Amino acid sequence: MTAKPWCRRSLIAGWGIVLAFSAKRTEAATATIVIDDYLFMPAELRVSIGTTVVWENRDSSPHNVLSVADPRVFRSRAMATGERFEFTFAAPGTYGYFCGLHPHMQGFVVVE
Amino acid sequence: MTQPLPHDDAKHDGSKRHSLECMLWAGTGLLWTVVGGVPRSALIGSAQAQTPGGGFSFAQVSDSHLGFSTPLYSDVAATTAEAIAQLKSGPAPSLVLHTGDVTHLSRPAEFDAAQQIFGTSGLEIHYVPGEHDVIDDDGKGFYERFGRGAGPAGWYSFDAGGVHFIGLNNVMNLRAGGLGQLGAEQLRFLEQDLRDRSASLPIVLFAHIPLWTVHAPWGWGTQDAEQALGLLARFGSVTILNGHIHQIIQKVEGQIAFHTARSTAFPQPAPGSTPSPGPVRDLPAGRLHSVLGVTRISRVEGRAPLAIIDTPLGA
Ligand SMILES: [Cu+2]
Repeated sequence: MTAKPWCRRSLIAGWGIVLAFSAKRTEAATATIVIDDYLFMPAELRVSIGTTVVWENRDSSPHNVLSVADPRVFRSRAMATGERFEFTFAAPGTYGYFCGLHPHMQGFVVVE
Repeated sequence: MTQPLPHDDAKHDGSKRHSLECMLWAGTGLLWTVVGGVPRSALIGSAQAQTPGGGFSFAQVSDSHLGFSTPLYSDVAATTAEAIAQLKSGPAPSLVLHTGDVTHLSRPAEFDAAQQIFGTSGLEIHYVPGEHDVIDDDGKGFYERFGRGAGPAGWYSFDAGGVHFIGLNNVMNLRAGGLGQLGAEQLRFLEQDLRDRSASLPIVLFAHIPLWTVHAPWGWGTQDAEQALGLLARFGSVTILNGHIHQIIQKVEGQIAFHTARSTAFPQPAPGSTPSPGPVRDLPAGRLHSVLGVTRISRVEGRAPLAIIDTPLGA
């Protein structure tokens, strides 16, 4: 019972490393954003033009991905556990997005 | 025996509504009466958890999340069916309010499961949607099946047992970083709906997301709720019933009593007590039935109070 929060905390520390690593410019044609425990990880992702970004839901709760722009640039359907959504960024810019089910979940993709 | 946290019921000045903060309540049962505009609450044992008096009573069911499944919460259809069976085992409520998240992912099979459990219950059930019911199709599937009596945007009102009921929808078009919202059109509906009604008429307003800010970092609140509460300020008895947070939290502000219900599927953590609002992960074995449940509300005849009792599915 008491082991769980510590287990959780060490996981979060692990994500911190993933975030620091992924926040660097990614040259690959694809990049992944993991969704777990009501977080987009990394919350800030930098990619080059033409990159396909994949959001993968590993949480037990469903989430979706909606761009904040009006009109929306991308919009996923709700992703159950294990489901994914991908979008290819063809133009430079900063693309904010959030989860429409849990609007406090936010992230952004910087395309350079 | 669990204890309520310190709170300030009945001490509020009805004219002041500036601090809509949360109040936690942890208990096995809660009897809540509003007498002569002065709300009082008392913790009760499960042995006393019976509908007081005769006359009109109704119940609240919430957050059945049909379609959700994890090892810890593996059969939400069964626990929801149990909740309905429990309601039917006592004095039958005149009607039931379902405060949303009927389904987990708005999928046809989940709506079918909901109709199987609720539609065949023989109970008169009035629904408002949760954000899980309006995914991907802006609520079309939900309104087709559960929108009886509601307009196309999901809000409506009706009268029963001398109480005026108003069902609102605060789960549409949620914005990044934002809370639930009613929107200008719905606030206009509320204003028109209340305009010619007597201030002595008991009002029960129900919606999915709490109409006061329970915990903003988790989005547990409604950004334009203040405007709705302003329209209700002149009424002597207002009861606001919400779901969404899968736990009982209640608060009294002047003549307005706020109450959130348990889920029939899974509990969520106390506001801010964990990094995320995800389902409680460390529930001790055998405790599931104590954290799920239903709410019964009675109108005690003659003095216009409402009494609220939360009943878990088991000890
Ligand atoms: Cu989400």
